[in-house]
Amino acid sequence: MLRPRRKKKDVPGGLFVKCDGCGEMVYRRNVQERLQICPECNYHFRIGARERVRLHTDEGSFDERDADMAACDPLHFVAAKAYADQIKSYMQRTGLNEAAIYGTCRIEDRPAVFAAMDFRFAGGSMGSVVGEKITRAAELALAEGLPLVTTAASGGARMQESAYSLMQMAKTCAALKRLSDAGGAYISIMTHPTTGGVTASWASMGDVIIAEPGALIGFAGRRVIEQTINQELPADFQTAEFLLEHGFLDIIVERGQIKQTLARLIGYLS
Amino acid sequence: MAAETNQSDFAYKFEAPILEVEKRIKHLSERATSRHEDLSAEIEKLERERDRLLEEVFSNLSPYQRVRLARHPMRPQPMDYVRMIFTDFIELRGDRRFGDDRAIVTGLARLDEHEVMVVAQHKGRETREKVAANFGMPRPEGYRKALHKMKLAEKFGFPVVCLIDTPGAAPSLEAEERGQAMAIAENLFTMAGLRVPIVIVITGEGCSGGALGVGVGDRFAMQENAYYSVISPEGCAAILWKDGERAAEAAGAMKLTAADLIEAGIIDAVIPEPIGGAHRDPQRAARELERYLSDVLDELRPVPVGGLLEERYRRYRELGVYRTLPSTEDVESPSV
Repeated sequence: MLRPRRKKKDVPGGLFVKCDGCGEMVYRRNVQERLQICPECNYHFRIGARERVRLHTDEGSFDERDADMAACDPLHFVAAKAYADQIKSYMQRTGLNEAAIYGTCRIEDRPAVFAAMDFRFAGGSMGSVVGEKITRAAELALAEGLPLVTTAASGGARMQESAYSLMQMAKTCAALKRLSDAGGAYISIMTHPTTGGVTASWASMGDVIIAEPGALIGFAGRRVIEQTINQELPADFQTAEFLLEHGFLDIIVERGQIKQTLARLIGYLS
Repeated sequence: MAAETNQSDFAYKFEAPILEVEKRIKHLSERATSRHEDLSAEIEKLERERDRLLEEVFSNLSPYQRVRLARHPMRPQPMDYVRMIFTDFIELRGDRRFGDDRAIVTGLARLDEHEVMVVAQHKGRETREKVAANFGMPRPEGYRKALHKMKLAEKFGFPVVCLIDTPGAAPSLEAEERGQAMAIAENLFTMAGLRVPIVIVITGEGCSGGALGVGVGDRFAMQENAYYSVISPEGCAAILWKDGERAAEAAGAMKLTAADLIEAGIIDAVIPEPIGGAHRDPQRAARELERYLSDVLDELRPVPVGGLLEERYRRYRELGVYRTLPSTEDVESPSV
């Protein structure tokens, strides 16, 4: 339910790009070479689900499942825009069918189930498809005896699916409980931003929880909190570092080190 | 307590004509008594008028009017029902982690021959109580207390009854610092596998993860005028219409009434309320709720735990609506 606080900056075209972290204009190429990380301040730009696959899994190993699963509009939801039109438009703009993908892969040669969210699709909101894919990923991990790795990037629930969206929180957690009871390993990676119903469900249930530096992670949005209680919030509020300090994360890992960290953890957990 | 409160203390605009007639009935009855006049014909006429108005207003409630009834200041709250329905209630307050959250009340109680763990969300009625209960917005320690008590129930084989009434989980610095999202997630995870029956009833507001955090179970019902949604209608309107004033439209679009949710297959039962809403006759509303709880507890008691958990899994597993794209649409979408 959280809207992106920072303006959308998915590293657009042009020679320079403005960093949302430090506000500096930095060479686009430098950012790209550093895995979409600001060379000045280490700000981790948002990246898409496909890039997650490319960065965190072995080349050519990802075998996507249920790629053709797409959202319905069960409530025929029309607000300022019609949900059905929004879905179409997100599909066209992102080239994705939904805000999450999943499949099997290898991570430094270790087989795993990998699911990744993409914030560009409807702000990474969780509707029926995202919930179903995460659930199927957990069930696949259980059936195949593989570790499960997810990367979250979400503004929260998909309001246009109302209660169905809410139910995805329960469904994904139920599937993860089964995986956990069977001794299956689950590593959750929280990226910028991980908020609302996704944080309050599957993303928080990892046996190990990793976050990227500076990632915004929380339940309620900063603006909602400020408006509700008229409280001044610390500058590092809801950052990965804030959560680490408060005991809700296990490790903060730089983007370039995630794959190696996953491989090491999987070595222990499976 | 609502049961003892004069309902004319508060009224929404759509209730006003009814209350006006009731005031006249009361006035006439008093006069009839004090002056020994026979006004029965007039009183009967007014009573018919009142019943007509009740029928007219309450058989055509808009979704947003139901949201407002769910929030009615005189509406019985979960703890009112606990007092009216259960016996021998012993509150157990400790979360064993941080502190006692008054927005969720937990304790042992009896209903017929059932010994149950009650998990009741609590808004409070007097100002001090409301503040103490954070206006019904639980903090992480509330969810952790509920979890601790549900595990206690599991250990001793008590079914769990969760009564839900919340505008949402607390949005605050402290709640975030203490892991609001993680507390809710942990509850969803653990409740999915809790080895005793869990019955969920939304008696008022069932808003968002704040409601779901104590809302996973084997039977799920709503009172007739309760609502259940992923965000408040006001919040939804502010985001999707960019206009918080359009909450009534948002309430309609989100399909949040009990009738909508039973149609969507998300709840199993709608518990009837007296006409005009539970606040007009709390005792009667309580009897209906009691009948429901008693029936489902009887029904769930003999179910072996394996079958119970299998059914619970299936219940949530099947929720969601999606489609498979025809291959032509795949071709139409541009590649990354």
